Order: sequence, then C-alpha cells, then structure tokens
Amino acid sequence: MAGNVPLLEVKNLRVEFPTRRGTLLAVDDVSFEIAPGEVLGVVGESGAGKSLTGNAIIGLLEPPGRIAGGEVRLEGQRIDNLPYEAMRKVRGARIGAIFQDPLTSLNPLYSVSRQLVETIQTHLPLSAREARARALDLLKQVGIPGAEQRIDHYPHQFSGGMRQRVVIALALCAGPRLIVADEPTTALDVSIQAQIIALLKKLCRENGTAVMLVTHDMGVIAETADRVAVMYAGRIAEIGPVRDVIKNARHPYTRGLMGSIPSLGVRTERLTQIDGSMPRLTEIPAGCAFNPRCTARGERCLVERPDLMAAGASRAACWLHDARGVGMPVPLAREAAHG
Amino acid sequence: MAGGTSFSRWLHRASDSDVWWSFRSSSLTIAAAVVTALILILSFLSPLLAPHTPFDPSTLSLSDGLKPPAWMPDGDWAFPLGTDDQGRDVLSAIMYGTRLSLVVGMASVFVSMLIGITLGLVSGYVGGVTDAVIMRIADVQLTFPAILVALLIDGVVRGLISVQRHDEIALFVIIGAIGLSFWVQYARTIRGSVMVEKNKEYVQAARVIGLSPVLIMVRHVLPNVTGPILVIATINLGLAVISEATLSFLGVGLPSTQPSLGTLIRLGNELLQSGEWWITLFPSITLAALVLAVNLLGDWLRDALNPKLR
Amino acid sequence: MLAFILRRLIQSIAVLLVVGMVSFSLFRYVGDPISGMVGQDTPASEREALREKLGLNDSAPVQFLHFIGNAARGQFGLSYRTSEPVNRLILERMPATLELSFCAAVFALFVGIPMGVYTGLYPRHWSSRLFQAVSLIGISLPTFVIGILLILVFAVMLRWLPSFGRGETSTFGWWTTNFTSWKGLQALILPSITLGLFQLTLIMRLVRSEMLEVMRTDYIKFARARGLSNRAINFGHALKNTLVPVITVTGLQLGSLIAFALVTETVFAWPGVGQLFIQSVQFADIPVMAAYLMLIGLLFVVINLVVDILYFVVDPRLRGQGARAAGR
Repeated sequence: MAGNVPLLEVKNLRVEFPTRRGTLLAVDDVSFEIAPGEVLGVVGESGAGKSLTGNAIIGLLEPPGRIAGGEVRLEGQRIDNLPYEAMRKVRGARIGAIFQDPLTSLNPLYSVSRQLVETIQTHLPLSAREARARALDLLKQVGIPGAEQRIDHYPHQFSGGMRQRVVIALALCAGPRLIVADEPTTALDVSIQAQIIALLKKLCRENGTAVMLVTHDMGVIAETADRVAVMYAGRIAEIGPVRDVIKNARHPYTRGLMGSIPSLGVRTERLTQIDGSMPRLTEIPAGCAFNPRCTARGERCLVERPDLMAAGASRAACWLHDARGVGMPVPLAREAAHG
Repeated sequence: MAGGTSFSRWLHRASDSDVWWSFRSSSLTIAAAVVTALILILSFLSPLLAPHTPFDPSTLSLSDGLKPPAWMPDGDWAFPLGTDDQGRDVLSAIMYGTRLSLVVGMASVFVSMLIGITLGLVSGYVGGVTDAVIMRIADVQLTFPAILVALLIDGVVRGLISVQRHDEIALFVIIGAIGLSFWVQYARTIRGSVMVEKNKEYVQAARVIGLSPVLIMVRHVLPNVTGPILVIATINLGLAVISEATLSFLGVGLPSTQPSLGTLIRLGNELLQSGEWWITLFPSITLAALVLAVNLLGDWLRDALNPKLR
Repeated sequence: MLAFILRRLIQSIAVLLVVGMVSFSLFRYVGDPISGMVGQDTPASEREALREKLGLNDSAPVQFLHFIGNAARGQFGLSYRTSEPVNRLILERMPATLELSFCAAVFALFVGIPMGVYTGLYPRHWSSRLFQAVSLIGISLPTFVIGILLILVFAVMLRWLPSFGRGETSTFGWWTTNFTSWKGLQALILPSITLGLFQLTLIMRLVRSEMLEVMRTDYIKFARARGLSNRAINFGHALKNTLVPVITVTGLQLGSLIAFALVTETVFAWPGVGQLFIQSVQFADIPVMAAYLMLIGLLFVVINLVVDILYFVVDPRLRGQGARAAGR
C-alpha cells in the first residue's frame, strides 16, 4: 500500500440537501481510499448515505443535493469541482457506474448493439465496424450466449440476469479504472446474484479495475471485497480488511450487524437484534450517531463525536478504542427501566 | 369544548401541512386564489353590488345606448365599462353574467360528479357485465369531444320540445348537457379505487361479521380518491365554464333573456365590425381571467397533492 | 401483429355500431320525420302512405338495418331545414373543414413539439417559464375568445387579414381549395391559428411533461454515467422516448380538431361542416345531426385505429410478442 498513489481518494466529503425544513446533511465528513484493482465494499442500511456517496463521486448528484465540502481525487487529480463537460469525459472512460435495476437502466427503444457502439464511440476513436466488433467481444466476455444473434436485440428480450450482464458490458466498454457499483445484485434472483458477482469479480481482476461496491448485503461483501467500509447515518463507522471486520468487528454497530446474520453450520440461540433504528437525517443525535442504540456507551459518547481511529487492523469511529475510553457508562433507557 | 379543541388542532395541523406551505410559497397561486375569490364575491353579490339592473327592461333607456367606457371621450361614469345597443350597462351585465356562468359551471360539475361517482361505484363493485357495459359507454363517449356531446343533447331536447318551453328550461338543459358530457373521469377514478379495495381481505371479513361491505369499502375508498377527485373537479370546472360559454356563444346555450358571459360575448360580437369593441372585450377578459384563475388553482392543487413530487 | 389489428378492427366496428344506434334513435324517435318533409295541409292518408313507403312502420331492428345500410352508402335523407340531400350538403362543405383542420394541425405540431422539447430540457430558464405562462393562457381561453381577439387585432384594428369567410378558392372537380392563391391562404391564417392554439398548448404541455419524466429515468442516468454527450442524450435517447407516447395523444387530438372546428367556423363564418352542424342544432335538423354524428364517429374510430397501429410499429416492446419466444 505504501508508496502507491491511491486510485480514488475521498476526503471529508459532505453532501447536503436544502429542504424547506432546513439543510440536511446526508453524507457527513466521509473519507476513504481505494487502491488500484482493489474492491472496496460500502455497506450499511438504507438511508445510510452509501448511494449518495457513490453518486457524488461520479458527479451525478440529483439537485437539490449538492457537494458541500471535501474533495474527491481520481489518480491524484480533483474531480469533484470539474465543469460538466470535463466530468463527462471522465465518466465512462475513467469511472464507470452500474445501478441497481437492469431493466430501467437500459433504454427500451434502442438495441443493445446501438447502446454499446454509441458508448464505445463516444470515448474511443474507433470506426463503426471496429466498435461493433468490440461490442460483440464484450458481450461474449460477460457471458451472453449466442452473442452474434442477440447483439441486435432489444433490452426487453433479455432476462434480468442477462440484462445486468449487458449493463456490466456497457460500464466496462471504454476501459475505466474504477467502477462504482450501486446495489448491482439487489434486483436479481438469488440464484443469479452469485453469477453476476462472480462475473464482476473476474472481469475486474482481469482488467485491474477497482470497484466500489455499494450494497446492504454482507454476504456479497464477504465474497467479493478486499476491504469494507460500514456506513451509519451518513458517516463511516468502521473501515478495514474484510476478514477482520467480519470476524472481529471493532464498532458496536458492526458487531450488531455481524451478529444479525445467520450462518450455516453455526448453532445460535438467537440472532442479535439492535434495538431502535437508524436516525432520520433530521434527528441525528449529538456526539456519536449510534449512541442511542449502543449497549457500550458512556458519557463521552453523548457529547463528543468520534473520528475514525486505529482499532486493530481496521479503523473504527468509536471511543472504546481511544486511550481515554468512553467515560462513565450510560445504560440505555430500556435496560434502566427493566432494572 | 372538545369539539372546539379538535377543530383548532386540525387547523393547526392544516396550517403546518405540505399543502398549505406549497400554497403560501407560490405567489402566483395566491394571486389566482385572490382573483377567484374576488370574482366569486362580485358575481354572487351582484344584486347588491351592481350599479344597474340590465335585464329589467323598465330600467333601460335607448338614449343610453352604445356609450363607450368611462375613460373615453363620450363615456359616462354612470356606466363605467360602457353600454350596448339597448342601453344595458356592460359592467352590471358582466356581474350578473358571471354569476350565471359560475352557477352553471358548478352545478354541472356537481352533476358530473354525481353521475360519475355513482356509475364508478356500481361499475367497480358489481363488476361483470354491468362493468363492461358502463366502461364501453364511457369509451364511446370519450371518443367524442365533450362539447359535441353537450351540443347533441341540447339539439335533441330542442327537437323534443317547443321553443318557448326550451327558453324557460334552458338553464337546466345546459347544466344537464354539460354534466352528462364530463362524468367519465370521475367514474374511472372511483372504479379503479373500488376494484383495488374490493379484493382486500377486510371486505371479506366485513361480510363474514355481517357488516355491510359496501359501507366499509366506501370508507376506505374515500380517502384515497379525494385528492384525484378534487383535481379532476377543478379541471372540470374550468372546462365546464368554457363549455357553457362556447354553447352560449354558438347560440345554443343560455338565451339573451338570461345571458351568461358567453351570450354577452356573442351579442357583442355582432357589433364588433362597427367598432363597438367594449361590449365584447370586457366579458371576454372576465371569462379569460376566471378560467385562468381556476386552472392555476387546479394546477397548484395537482402538484401539491402529487405524492411523487413531495 | 395481425391478431392485434383484427382485434382492434372488431372493436372499431362495435363502436361504430353503437354510434349508429344513437344516430338511428335520434333519426327515428326525435321529432317526426314526416312532418319535416311534407306541408302542413297534407292529408293524413298521404302521410300514412309516405310512412309506409319510407318503411317507418317496420319493426325497429329492420329500420335499424335499413338505416345502417343507407348510412354505409352515404344516404341520410333530406335536411329538415333546406330539403336538400344531407350527403350533398356535407360533401360540399367537407373541403373547407378539412383544409382548415389540416393547417391548424400543422401549426400545432410544428410549433408545439419544439416548444415542448425546449421547455422540457431547460425548465428553469426564463424563456421556458414564459412559454409556460403563454401555454396556460392558451388553455384557459376558450377558442371563440381567441378568435374574437385575433379578429379584433388583425382584422379590425390592423386590417392585415380578412375577418370572416373563406376568401378566394378554386375548384378542382368536387374539391374547393384555398391553397392556390395568396388571398386564399390569407383567409386561412387567422382561423387556423385560432383552431390550432388549444391543441398547440396541449401538445406543448404533454411533450414537456413527458420530457421531464424521461429525463428522470434510470436509463438517462446510466447514459450520463457512461459519459454520453448532451446531444446524444437529449436528442437521441430522451427525444425518441418522449415522442412515442406523444404520438398517441397527438393523433387523437388532431382528430378532435375536425370536431372542434365548429366553434372556429362559427366565429369566422367559415362555410364548413361544423358550421352546418351548429345550424342543424339550432334548427333541430335531425338528419344532419345524425349524419354528422356518424361522420365524426367514423373519423375518430379510424384515427384511433391508425394511432394504435403506429404505436405498435414504433415501440419495439409491443412488437416483441413473437420475437420473445426466440429470444431466450
């Protein structure tokens, strides 16, 4: 890691939404890096801010959302403040994106070949014939059977899994260094999910493409990612190598998450359940955002907000890993009531 | 005391709601509401507020005829917007005419709603052949523009009864004709909602317990459809007013003895060529302002109630 | 595809039959056909003979069949008002209405669609808001008011264009046209704008709202994520997807132009079929009303059919019924 310029650097990113009730901060001071060829999983509940982070990186935040602070650097160069045309050239050619629903990601009125050739020709100086040959080759790589016949078909003529393969082909066709994949398997059948994930993993390893894999499915992360960042209420709670975070979570929230996932072959009496739910953007508590649900909280957690700090092989945003600790324990109201 | 508190609580909640906020924040909508309110007040209080009674022949005098608006050389401030060839004051005529236009508009919306909601309920709940028949009729009627349907109904009535009787009941014929031409949208909305609710379990459960499933269902259907129905009604009102004006303008609407804005415009049109423009222009402006205001309110209502935009 | 056309054809015929029934009921049961045709002094025996001759004593279904048969051949009897054959009256006036509607349609489409696209792509620009304000006015003003205002400004005050009538026409066989002379065209301008304005605003608003919807879809977002140029996105992807649903509605609207012409024809004293219909309503001239009804019914049914077929041709998703089996 040392000495390599990270492919993607996100520093202190803030994304806010002006609403009539005031300005909401949906991504709050998020920082992480992705090395070339690495797969970083970004996991968290719905509303934790993971998709917004992805959108902000590729410059497609929907108004009124906007980047309110921080920077995003691709191969050392800032991309968050580029004008639209300059960013457009980055998109597709240097950063690709895959979204959740393959049915709605493809224009129903254009054939697959047309959509592929158009994208290829936008970024690469190829003739129509060369572009089509490349498109055909890509379709074969993503595993579409009978690609020669099907290249001119329309999206609705493909099944869900096949469509997502086409989407992957489209994202990769101009040879980007990084792919931001936002819930790429959520809309697919369970049996197809594994295939798509395997495909993504294989293609990215072959081409040395890094992946920012946003999902709420820990299973997918465990299979595919090298490192994982756990997001909670717009902040990163924990980030580290995947094995470490899963086996040995350092943040109480992550521990709760891991405990709530059933695993084959292990007998457990009960799955862990974290009481309460992630706070709404309008009601983020002071101090550590997780404190109202945390069984290990102390006085300090109610007041001071923890930054990411070293915790074993990972980093976690939790005072438990600070020399000064959490201060006097403050039990949760539920426990106090039950005595 | 309890009633008063719950009302004030409702008021408090309403003033904090999204709908009210979107109203307050759009000055255009507020302007539209003000204009509508103004028109409503002026027209419905016309017997009290109008300077003259233009349709009482005993108050007219031909020497007052064809006076231009007051700010022009031959004008007279007693007749601020001028007079027509019979000496009728244009301003007063507009006020009475607007009232009539509004009455017809609102009444026909009511008729449309009644027919549409009833047929929609029946069609959705009973289903089967009844539903198919009603929907076919709706489809056939929709292929024809509403104005044509209204014209047809009017023509048929004219064919069936004599001319004098027709003039007497013209008001009701018009309301009926316009009302009959607009029911389809209401019916479809209600029918859709009813069909969704009909299959839900609580309806079966109600039957088992012995409660009337229809009443229970209606209680669940109503909150869902109030929004869309309101939006349809505002659009309907604008269209109904235009339809009535068009029919009157064409000479098959309200007669000159009880003129609406449309009739006034027609009467004025005949004098347009000879240069007396005010008789037709001011009713036209009033009509345009009224429909514009209603449409703006309808637009705002549609956006405010649209869950997708919230 | 054939099955689809067949189904729609059958539906169309069903609708026409219903319209025919309404027409027939009008014809037969409203007023007395006989008294419209003979003088007041005609003795009862002659009336009865006439009744027999015209088949008015046959049973209702038989009369209906006769009616349909006659209608299919374009025979609608004689007008109560002028005693001329109805089909001749209508045929005389068709060219006037058709030309007017055509010009109004061209106006509405060629101005409405670009305006709609523009306001859909740049909704916050001041010019978009201006167009929208104008469109709101266009929708709120009744057609006849627009006509009157146009006459006031352009004919009475400025004296640039004629204020009523069809102006100069030339005859080609059965058809009379305005298109052959400049004066003839001048007479078309104000009525076409009047008739087309409402449709224009409808088309503009429709295209705009479709455009806005399309711009919010996932495939546009994905297209942006792939770095496609604005031109490719706006005029390639977005426009095509916008226009597909617009086709249906537009088609139906244009059909209604012919029906709506009746107001414009009255304002401008344009001698078309619409004006004829108005006169027939005022006069309770039932044969003309019935004929007009069938004519409009036929027109709308044909337009609906054509639009449905067009939709089928343009949207590959509908075509895919057969290809889907092969596509796995």
